[in-house]
Amino acid sequence: MTIDWGIIFKSIPLLGHGVVVTLQVSALASVLGLMLGVVLGLCSLSHSRALRWIVAGYVDFIRGTPLLIQIFLVFFALPALGVRFDEFWAGVVALSLNSAAFVAEVVRGGVGSIERGQSEAATAIGMRHRQILIYILLPQAYRQMVPPLTNELISLVKNSSLLSVISVYELTRAGQAIISVHFVPFEIYTLLAVYYYVLIKVLSWLSGRLERRLPTW
Amino acid sequence: MVTPVIQVQDLSKSFGDNSVLRRVSMDVATGETVVIIGASGSGKTTFLRCLNRLEEPGAGTIRLDGNPMVNSGSEKLIADQRSQFGFVFQRFNLFPHFSALDNVAIGPEKVRGMSKSDARALAAAELKRVHMSDHVMKRPVQLSGGQQQRVAIARALAMKPRVMLFDEPTSALDPELVQEVLDVMKELANGGMTMVVVTHEMNFAREVADRVIYMENGRIAEEGPPEILFREPKSPGAQRFLRHLNHE
Repeated sequence: MTIDWGIIFKSIPLLGHGVVVTLQVSALASVLGLMLGVVLGLCSLSHSRALRWIVAGYVDFIRGTPLLIQIFLVFFALPALGVRFDEFWAGVVALSLNSAAFVAEVVRGGVGSIERGQSEAATAIGMRHRQILIYILLPQAYRQMVPPLTNELISLVKNSSLLSVISVYELTRAGQAIISVHFVPFEIYTLLAVYYYVLIKVLSWLSGRLERRLPTW
Repeated sequence: MVTPVIQVQDLSKSFGDNSVLRRVSMDVATGETVVIIGASGSGKTTFLRCLNRLEEPGAGTIRLDGNPMVNSGSEKLIADQRSQFGFVFQRFNLFPHFSALDNVAIGPEKVRGMSKSDARALAAAELKRVHMSDHVMKRPVQLSGGQQQRVAIARALAMKPRVMLFDEPTSALDPELVQEVLDVMKELANGGMTMVVVTHEMNFAREVADRVIYMENGRIAEEGPPEILFREPKSPGAQRFLRHLNHE
């Protein structure tokens, strides 16, 4: 077997555009997923049984179904209900919804791990449940939450390759486009693996730095 | 006759089959310092926690300034009611992510709705009252146990409570740090604050208490002014308890 080095050198810059889209999708989905996930996580700690039940059902659904099906649901099924996104935003929405469920669990676990005396002390000065969650427990849970959240971010970047199936022109789709013209699967899929590997390495280096800077008290 | 600040009538509480409080009744007058003593498991901490409803009372009524405390209704009403009691915990329970100043300011700001600057000004004044003015910007982890407990006292005082409740406030402290906390409590008592204190510090009880209550098996077994209760306890339980303490 011979390796087509020419196509590899030609592809390196061509895939750059895909990297940009992968990063855009991942950044948007992680921010939206984080925001929605924190809200869901706090809801799952609320005193309202209905809210807790809704969040538990949502998390159960996301964890119990493949991400690929969730992507199809957002892209192909939601339009039937009148909610229509283009490929890019369908991808962002699907990844956000998926990520939010995991973030919600991290928030619930993190806040739940804070020692009981903290909420008792806040209760004793007359703070209400919601205030205690937001001002006392959530900030203290930040430390425990960061490592699982950065893991979730890394999964999200890897999962974004699935968006190639709905033609989001991210890294994987960009590679497939080259393959379909030149038929060089070995070179391009290997190159894609290297691209993802480097992306993930950079992210885990950054999250390692972040984790070292976490407050200690 | 002046209405007592707290009127407790037939307060009972059990955890499962374990009956912790059995029809406890007592009044606390304005400005009075009541010290509750008793062996561990006698129900004194639970009694204190029922007063501000950190524990839900099982039966009985608690009145604050003559008004019965509600046990249902809006969360806001219950929280407001609770904030009439200042509570000091054995383990301080300061908020580790806040400075001493913000530990004290958070209540006035979030519960009383004061502006951040007003709340901080009030917090600074309360910290001064417990002699912690030199440490306002420190985090709890940078403070000794005694200093942390004084910040916790300031945090409770900042809510302008009608009554201060202390749950073994010096039990978690190294011996050399106990006195600074007791001194602050003594100043409060002398300043006219109404206080209910659960403690094993008998010297504090002797010096500061207007009345000492001895609890046993979830009941008030004996009560009286410290000079009488300590000198000639009538109930066998109190006699035994005090004899053990003296031999320590």
